[in-house]
Amino acid sequence: MARPLTLFEKIWAPHEVHRDADGQSLLYVDRHFIHDGSRTPYKLLADRGLGVRRPDLTFASPDHYVPTTSRDFADVDGEDRKDMVASLTRNTQASGVTEYGLTDARHGIVHVMGPEQGLSLPGMLILCGDSHTSTHGALGALAFGVGASEVAHVLATQTLWQRKPKTMRVMIEGELADGVSGKDVVLALIAQIGVNGATGHVIEYAGSTMEALSVEGRLTICNMSIEAGARAGMIAPDEATFVYLKTKPHSPKGEEWEAAVARWRELATDPGAIFDREIFLDAATIEPMVTWGNRPSEAVPVTAMVPDVTSVEDPAQRRVLQAALDYMGLKSGMRLADVAVDYVFIGSCTNGRIEDFRAAAGVLRGRRVASGVTAIAVPGSGLVRLQAEAEGLDRIFTEAGFEWRYSGCSMCLAVNGDNVPPGKRSASTSNRNFVGRQGPEARTHLVSPATAAATAIAGRFADPRTLGD
Amino acid sequence: MAKFETLVATAAPLEQRDINTDAVIPGRFLRRKREEGFGDCLFRDLRFHEDGSENDAFVLNQPAFREAKVIVANENFGCGSSRESAVFALYDYGIRCVIAPSFGDIFHNNCFKNGLLPIVLPEAEVAALRAQAGTMQGTPFAIDLAAQTVTGVDGVARHFEIDPFRKRLLLEGVDEIDFTMSFEDKIAAFEATR
Repeated sequence: MARPLTLFEKIWAPHEVHRDADGQSLLYVDRHFIHDGSRTPYKLLADRGLGVRRPDLTFASPDHYVPTTSRDFADVDGEDRKDMVASLTRNTQASGVTEYGLTDARHGIVHVMGPEQGLSLPGMLILCGDSHTSTHGALGALAFGVGASEVAHVLATQTLWQRKPKTMRVMIEGELADGVSGKDVVLALIAQIGVNGATGHVIEYAGSTMEALSVEGRLTICNMSIEAGARAGMIAPDEATFVYLKTKPHSPKGEEWEAAVARWRELATDPGAIFDREIFLDAATIEPMVTWGNRPSEAVPVTAMVPDVTSVEDPAQRRVLQAALDYMGLKSGMRLADVAVDYVFIGSCTNGRIEDFRAAAGVLRGRRVASGVTAIAVPGSGLVRLQAEAEGLDRIFTEAGFEWRYSGCSMCLAVNGDNVPPGKRSASTSNRNFVGRQGPEARTHLVSPATAAATAIAGRFADPRTLGD
Repeated sequence: MAKFETLVATAAPLEQRDINTDAVIPGRFLRRKREEGFGDCLFRDLRFHEDGSENDAFVLNQPAFREAKVIVANENFGCGSSRESAVFALYDYGIRCVIAPSFGDIFHNNCFKNGLLPIVLPEAEVAALRAQAGTMQGTPFAIDLAAQTVTGVDGVARHFEIDPFRKRLLLEGVDEIDFTMSFEDKIAAFEATR
């Protein structure tokens, strides 16, 4: 009998075009997403006189540099940003790559657009020049981020050299409490294993909690795998995956769909397959989480206090944590429920999907954002925005005092002009609380959409489970 | 692609762990063109005050380390964003080698495409090299990629492991796209089966 295989191994092996004597594999790429940070890779191609080998497997959307206040190219902030956006249109048109541009309803953050269009499917190898490409693994794909040189390499050859990473299984068992989401699960996981906890590994998430979780929740968890250092995150495709994908525009249709589902069912990790590492998480103990420092691992329940960093033994580590507290304007022992916020951002490739806006709207309905808080809601794609509007969610957001924006990466990394001003504090559904991430001197706390909404109303960090009690 | 063979140069210690690529180069500089250079953006918000003056406390601004071409870092250097501009900034500034106990995976890959050598050594050895770089300022480190050794101020040649494939490409300065083009028949045959 054949050796039991993991989901990862079942995808890796059939994508090997060649294996070098040194143990490097040349992998074939099924899907390549590009965005408005692709000027350098196209230049690398042009310098060599090369074109795009498989424009039919490559899809583009400008997400990083676009305005979220309008869909007018004239509103792209400044000539240099305009060049980033315009060069994507110019380069994709010249190379025959499909672009969902600013005015296309299918426009979106590439990690929202791909799954939504059925362009990210089980069993695929998916790449993009963005670290949050790990998102797509939630559909049972192997998906990871690469740099500009590797983007150029994929455009030119549709392949990539890689050494086989190690594997890690994260088993999550039990039922999540009401008000606890995929975002809280992944923040709790990173708090447990650290920002270096999965470096060099591909994570497979499994267990009853993952099986019960929506595809949107799974996408959120796989998205933040990179924040634990993982090469990729993935989840075996199941009935929920197939239901999610069946109606998507690029999913296989008719007999092809049936054949594809039969193939995809075979992808799940075999009983007895060996992982290099295994981690266990008890879902029932997870609460709504908030980060307090400058690493995604520095997260505690929203009901908790800022931890005591003076008790940390390693002096170097203590200095780093104290510097984080200073940067964040916090003191050990403060209750997060007493910390006031200035900005609330709901959106990003982590939490910019329809379920995220439904969860936030559920908290916001009939309530008002606290005075002095600037709150913005940025759907992850044009279709998420349309769906939310069809459900009347936009009115709930605007009546509560949120700005209802157009799709883009926006305030997650603040390169389009949507900045948090210096010294201001933000409750953000994004993925990184790094120094300066949302703008120089900006203070970022990572939260779920429900916690972001509750915090917007309270004006301080608030537990979505008990708001109004 | 730029080659890497040997290097004799000053090493600067950076003790902080988990230095992410946003710290190496903040997002607001990413819309520069490659040919404009990124050296002045390296560690921008650590190297410079808000008014543009130098932060004397930052290691690369100290007289002994101004000519440093090696950084002895700590765990998880280059974690976070995939931005290759982090490597462009290091390279354009003059850094040719970073030594650390571990690296962010994407940053680690990006280094090899730009002639920057990332060396992984056990934590205790990196801590020893960091201490040497800090106390014996200006005494150069010697790095030999072919021999896979780093020689610190103490004169001890420490052996490091490196992916043989990456080593070969770096020593020969092979352009990876050109190299892969030589596999065109295999790629085409693979595509034909799909």
